[in-house]
Amino acid sequence: MNNFRIILNGIIKENPTFVLLLGMCPTLGTTSSAINGMSMGLATMFVLILSNLIISLIKNLIPDMVRIPSYIVVIASLVTILQMVMQAYVPDIYATLGLFIPLIVVNCIILGRAEAFAAKNNPLASICDGIGIGIGFTLALTLLGAVREFLGTGAVFGFTLQGESYGMLLFVLAPGAFIALGYLIAAVNKIKK
Amino acid sequence: MEYILIFITAIFVNNIVLSQFLGICPFLGVSKKVSTASGMGAAVTFVLVLATIVTYLIQHYVLNPNGLQYLQTIAFILVIAALVQMVEIILKKVSPSLYQALGVFLPLITTNCCILGVAILVIQKDYDLLQGIVYAASTALGFALAMVVFAGLREQLQFSKVPKPFDGMPIALITAGLLAMAFMGFSGVDGGLSRLFGL
Repeated sequence: MNNFRIILNGIIKENPTFVLLLGMCPTLGTTSSAINGMSMGLATMFVLILSNLIISLIKNLIPDMVRIPSYIVVIASLVTILQMVMQAYVPDIYATLGLFIPLIVVNCIILGRAEAFAAKNNPLASICDGIGIGIGFTLALTLLGAVREFLGTGAVFGFTLQGESYGMLLFVLAPGAFIALGYLIAAVNKIKK
Repeated sequence: MEYILIFITAIFVNNIVLSQFLGICPFLGVSKKVSTASGMGAAVTFVLVLATIVTYLIQHYVLNPNGLQYLQTIAFILVIAALVQMVEIILKKVSPSLYQALGVFLPLITTNCCILGVAILVIQKDYDLLQGIVYAASTALGFALAMVVFAGLREQLQFSKVPKPFDGMPIALITAGLLAMAFMGFSGVDGGLSRLFGL
């Protein structure tokens, strides 16, 4: 029951995108369509769950002075594994997301959760936290991607809902990312009230 | 001529923050005042050029000859983290006044994705060392430009009345969107320039 609460906490109360405002680069950079946003979210979730697990297992072995560099090595190794797996099995998505896959290393969500949660909790709770935050991040990216794809091309997940001529190209381009995310966060603020 | 093209493209056409979405965290985080924004811009410029030189050498003289390309991510992030620490220590000793100005920003830079991003981009674009340095320096200038302009806008924004749900980050993001729209006006300039120079 407690672990379930940790998962829910990551999705709603500490949603990394809408509440903590962490990991903005991939949030803005990869959400030109719903499917891209979802792939990025899942890739980040993979690294997050495993890094939380490993760091919570080895937390007592690492001296306090060098903990941040050690976390970075663990995360960078996981990202390298992810890069190889994605190159082998989903080369198309890997090519679309491009630079943002190696940049998962410097995603502040992952290092933030390692420092704030995994370094203080047992492995099972850390996995749950990784799942929760990961789902929260994936949902936020998918939502932002869907909004941008719908406004930009009139489709969601590639299914056309509006006529071809409907799209406002601006929302697929860079400025649309900032504007759509701004309005989404404002909507979340309003709902929270 | 080639270098001018890289310079203009990196600053205006493919601005690192406003069109490539790298370095968003400091862009949104430390842009409340023009003075801190320009300090961050200077610190990033300094570290970015250094990091690009070092990672370029590592890629071409350590990783490539030994067939270790798959270690790129790990090697680069460790080098950047170590480099930032070293710069901090050296600056403290050699130039305390510069350390005073940049010091607070340096620890933040390790997890600034534009450093690692540019280091990887220089390898991906297959630049030679000099092109890489020009690219890194102009990218950093583009970052500093975006930071300072955005901080100026946010300073003005403090005096305007914003609806409650938009207060803080949402209105900042929408302002950044408008700024990005302004920068979109430069798209196509790189193509025109390369025709002009006959590249």
